[in-house]
Amino acid sequence: MTAAALANNRFVPPAVGVLSLLAAIALIELLIRVGVINRFIVPMPSDIIAAFPRVIVEENVLHRFLLTAAEAFSAGVLVTVFGVAGGVLLHRYRLLRLATETWVAAIAAAPLVLMYPLYLVIFGRSALTIVMMGFSAGLAPIILKTLEGLSGTRRVLINVGKSFNLSASQQFWKILFPAALPTIFVGLRLGLIFALINIVGVEFLINFGGLGQLINELAERYDLAGTYAAICFVILVSICVFILMERLERWLRPAN
Amino acid sequence: MAATGQLSARTARPLGLPVSPVTVLRIAIIVAVLVVWELTAASGLLYRDVVPSLGVIGTALYTTLKDPSFYLHLGITAYEIAIAMLIGGVSGLVVGILLGGSKFLARAYEAYLYYLGPCPKIIFFPIMIMWFGVGPGSKIAMGAVSCFFPVALNVAGGMREIDKVLIRVGRSFRANTWQMVTKIYLPAMRHPVINGVRLGLGVALIGTLLAETKLSNRGIGYLVIQAYSVFNMPQMYALLIILFVIAIGANSLIGWLGGLDTVKRA
Repeated sequence: MTAAALANNRFVPPAVGVLSLLAAIALIELLIRVGVINRFIVPMPSDIIAAFPRVIVEENVLHRFLLTAAEAFSAGVLVTVFGVAGGVLLHRYRLLRLATETWVAAIAAAPLVLMYPLYLVIFGRSALTIVMMGFSAGLAPIILKTLEGLSGTRRVLINVGKSFNLSASQQFWKILFPAALPTIFVGLRLGLIFALINIVGVEFLINFGGLGQLINELAERYDLAGTYAAICFVILVSICVFILMERLERWLRPAN
Repeated sequence: MAATGQLSARTARPLGLPVSPVTVLRIAIIVAVLVVWELTAASGLLYRDVVPSLGVIGTALYTTLKDPSFYLHLGITAYEIAIAMLIGGVSGLVVGILLGGSKFLARAYEAYLYYLGPCPKIIFFPIMIMWFGVGPGSKIAMGAVSCFFPVALNVAGGMREIDKVLIRVGRSFRANTWQMVTKIYLPAMRHPVINGVRLGLGVALIGTLLAETKLSNRGIGYLVIQAYSVFNMPQMYALLIILFVIAIGANSLIGWLGGLDTVKRA
């Protein structure tokens, strides 16, 4: 089999990826067992796997997951409503767009999560702080992508709407919005990912809420295997959410 | 067409106005925000000092910038971020070139980077503390881990975009790996690399500063959380303003130095 055929094979490269990951885990296990790596700094992978059921049952992971999910959902609803509305507003009023679009882009690039101590003062050490942090982080990308989607509507579609004498409202709901929907959803995916990252991060930092707090608590108890297991769990949850969002985006995207 | 329209709207000046309507609106928005802020501060609707008056924030900004110890903390944070960028950036560059240059490696490993990239990196901080201690090492590691992913993914994407003719030219001159990297790959994909470094800087800054707010006794992140602990709101606002100016300024500077603003788009 040639190198090109090997690279294009459907199963071989992913299998090599998985096998090398497993080999790396086995190597770490071996190095810890023979004492090359200190087991009080890096727990054995077998201990981490064994800690999963304990963390899930004793640390009430389902409840914590639902708490984080509820915060993410609240932030998601807020960013969707305000982000899409903001984008529509900037598209509707051109002068406002010209005056503020660069500001919104600057906010999107700003490290907003560093404002979490300020949010703690304003909203208290509560779920509201976490939700508002997620909202702040996810808002700008949705505004920008909504604006991009609406502005990118093909001229011919707008002209078709005009030829049917559609009102401004009909023009928006029947032409502009459906045409912009795929781009808006790209923004929603970005915004929701930013919101989720910030929600878990702030939960960890302020030791409050769901999955982020779980990692912090286990680390403070010096439960090494539990901490690693909780981190793996959060990574798995994040990956599942990203894959789900991606599938949803692909499903919504017109097959052109 | 759209660009022409934007230009005409920007430059169009109604009779009697020395500036464009866009500038007028911008000034109006800024003035409105400042007035609302000042009124809120004076109204007493919120807890005292949660929204300090602009004068108090200005004084705090001046005091902070005048304080020599601030520059010591700024220097420590800058040092941590610089080392983090070096470690995360170089390793991201190497991994990106490997993944972008080999379809097999990309199909085997890129998915891991792609899905790990958007995970909240701060959750790795307890591990970093155990591995590198409570000093600057753990903050550098946080910054490096944060910076690695955007650089690696951008470089890998950039490698695949390189014109195959350029690669064939390099090979026909029998260029070795180092020459291929320095003479062909890097110059040809400078824009994706600069873009990756720009994104990497943003997340390295966040990673390092958040780590400082969590556990540190030095750095700007430490100053922010210290201001929160003693409820010194004016100083917290001052520090956040300084941080935002530095972050946005550094971001723009890298883009400008890398010539991202001159990229011709199809």
